[in-house]
Amino acid sequence: MNAFLLLGLGGMVGVLSGMFGVGGGFLMTPLLFFIGIPPAVAVATEANQIVASSFSGVLAHFRRRTVDIKMGMVLQVGGLIGAALGVVVFNHLKALGQVDLLVKLCYVVFLGVVGGLMFIESLNAIRKSKKTGGAAPAAHRQRGWIHALPFKMRFRTSGLYISVIPPILVGVCVGILAAIMGVGGGFIMVPAMIYILGMPTKVVVGTSLFQIILVTGFTTMLHATTNYTVDIVLAVLLLIGGVIGAQIGTRIGVYMKAEQLRILLALMVIAVCAKLGLDLLLQPAELFSLGDTGGH
Amino acid sequence: MRKLLLSAATAAALALLPHSAAQAAKEEVVLGLSQDRVAITATFDGSEILIFGAVKRETPIPSDEPLQVIVTVSGPAPSVMVRRKEKKLGIWVNVDSVLVDSAPAFYAVATSAPFDTVLTDTEDLRYRVSIERAIRSVGAAMHIRGAQDFADAVVRIREKDGFYSLREDTVAVDEQTLFRTAIKMPADLTEGDYQTRIFLTRGGEVVSQYETTIDVRKVGLERFLFALSREQPFLYGLMSLAIAIAAGWGASAAFSLLRNR
Repeated sequence: MNAFLLLGLGGMVGVLSGMFGVGGGFLMTPLLFFIGIPPAVAVATEANQIVASSFSGVLAHFRRRTVDIKMGMVLQVGGLIGAALGVVVFNHLKALGQVDLLVKLCYVVFLGVVGGLMFIESLNAIRKSKKTGGAAPAAHRQRGWIHALPFKMRFRTSGLYISVIPPILVGVCVGILAAIMGVGGGFIMVPAMIYILGMPTKVVVGTSLFQIILVTGFTTMLHATTNYTVDIVLAVLLLIGGVIGAQIGTRIGVYMKAEQLRILLALMVIAVCAKLGLDLLLQPAELFSLGDTGGH
Repeated sequence: MRKLLLSAATAAALALLPHSAAQAAKEEVVLGLSQDRVAITATFDGSEILIFGAVKRETPIPSDEPLQVIVTVSGPAPSVMVRRKEKKLGIWVNVDSVLVDSAPAFYAVATSAPFDTVLTDTEDLRYRVSIERAIRSVGAAMHIRGAQDFADAVVRIREKDGFYSLREDTVAVDEQTLFRTAIKMPADLTEGDYQTRIFLTRGGEVVSQYETTIDVRKVGLERFLFALSREQPFLYGLMSLAIAIAAGWGASAAFSLLRNR
C-alpha cells in the first residue's frame, strides 16, 4: 500500500474532521474499504487511530474543565459491555464470512439516516435563517420517563440527578458501534446526551471524547488480541495525516457558515453511503472472494 | 526495485565442475545460488529475481530440436477459503464457501518460447508446470459439486492481482547453453520457501530438471511487528495504544505551542 496515499487520506479526512468538528471515523473507515483494505483491518485500525485524535481533543477540554468525568465513567461501563458484545458478534460473523456484509450494512444504515437527517435539518435551518434572520432552535428535552427510573446518581459537572440506566444503555450502543464499525460514535452519543440525558451542551463534547478514548482503546485491545487485525504502520500513517489535516480544517472552518458546513458534510455522508449501498446492490465483477482461514 | 541474483555458474566455472550425477541425464542444469533470500522490509515494494545458469553436457549439442528452458517459482501453499456471492433479498452476500487446502500464494512460469511448443500436454500433466495443472491438481474438496468453479476463481483472482503469471518468451537462451530470466515478485509476498524449478526440454519432452528454494522472509521492523502481533497480541495492542496516545498528546502540545506564539 502506498504510504503517501494513506498520508493523503488521513490528511483529507483530518481536514474534514477539523472543519466539521467530527471524529472522522465514519468517513475514514469506508474510504479504507474503497482503497482495498479488508473491512476487518480497517475497523480495528481505525479504532486505534480514533484513540489518538480523541486524546488530542480531550486534553483541550480538560484544560477548560468541560469534561464530566463521573458521567464519562458511567457511560464507560456501558461502553465496555457494548464493545465486548460487538467484538463477539464481529468474530462470529468473521468465521462465517459475513463480517464485510455486516460492517457495510451498518454503514449504509447509519450513514443514510445521519446524512439524511443532517441534510434536512440544515436545509430547514438555511430556509429559516433567510426568513427570520436566524432564530435559535428551541431545545426540547424529554425528561419525564427518565426521572421515573431507579438507581439515581448525582452528576455535579452536568448539574444532573438522574438514573444510571439511560447513560449505561447509551454507552452500550456506542460500544457496539465502536467494535463493529470502527467509529468513535460521537455522532450518536452527542445527540443522545443532549436530548435523552439532558446534559448541558458545553460538557457534551468533552465527555463524549473522554468516553470514546477508553471505549476505542478497549476495542483496539480486543481486536488486537482476538483477530490480529490492528495494523500499527497503517494507523501511524493515517494519524500523521489526520493530525495535520485537522489543524488545517479548523482554520478553514472559521471562514464558513455553520449551515453551509453542515449541508456539505451531509452531502458527503450521503455520497459515501450511496457508494457503499451500490456496491451491495450491483452485481460485483468478481463473485468469488478469497479469505485466509486464519491458520498461519 | 532491487535486483537479487540467483547467481549462476559462468562458462568459466563450468570447466571446474566435478562429474556428479551427470550420467543420468545427458544435459544438466548448473545453477549456483549466491543469494537465495528475499528480505521483506517495511518499505519492500516488490522484487525482481534474476535467475541464470548454464547447461552442462558431455556430448555435442543434439542437432534435432532446439533446447528450451522453463523456470517456475512457487510460493508456500496455505489453505484458502473461497467464498461465492449470490443475490439474496436484493443485495449480494456470500452464500457458500469451499476450503481449497493447498494453493500456492505465488506461482510464476517463465518459458523460452510459447508454452505449447516448449512442453507437451502429457509432460505438463506429469510435472504440473502450467498454472492450471499446478493449482488444480492440488485443490481440495473436488467431490463438492461446482468445486472446480472455486478452484478456477483462485487462479483468476490471483492472476488478476499478479500473484500467478505465465510469462512466455521471457527466458533468453544463448547457444543452447546459457539462459537467464527475471521473475517479478509483487510487494505483498507471503513468507516462506519458494520452490524454484528449472526444466530443460527438447521437442516438448523434459530432458532435465533442477530444483532449489528461495527463502522469502520478513526482516527488521516488519518481522518484529508481525511476530509481536501474533505472539504477544496483548503487548502489541498496548503498544498501538501507547503510540496513539503519545501522538494525540504530541499533536495537542505542538499545536498549542504554535498557537501561543
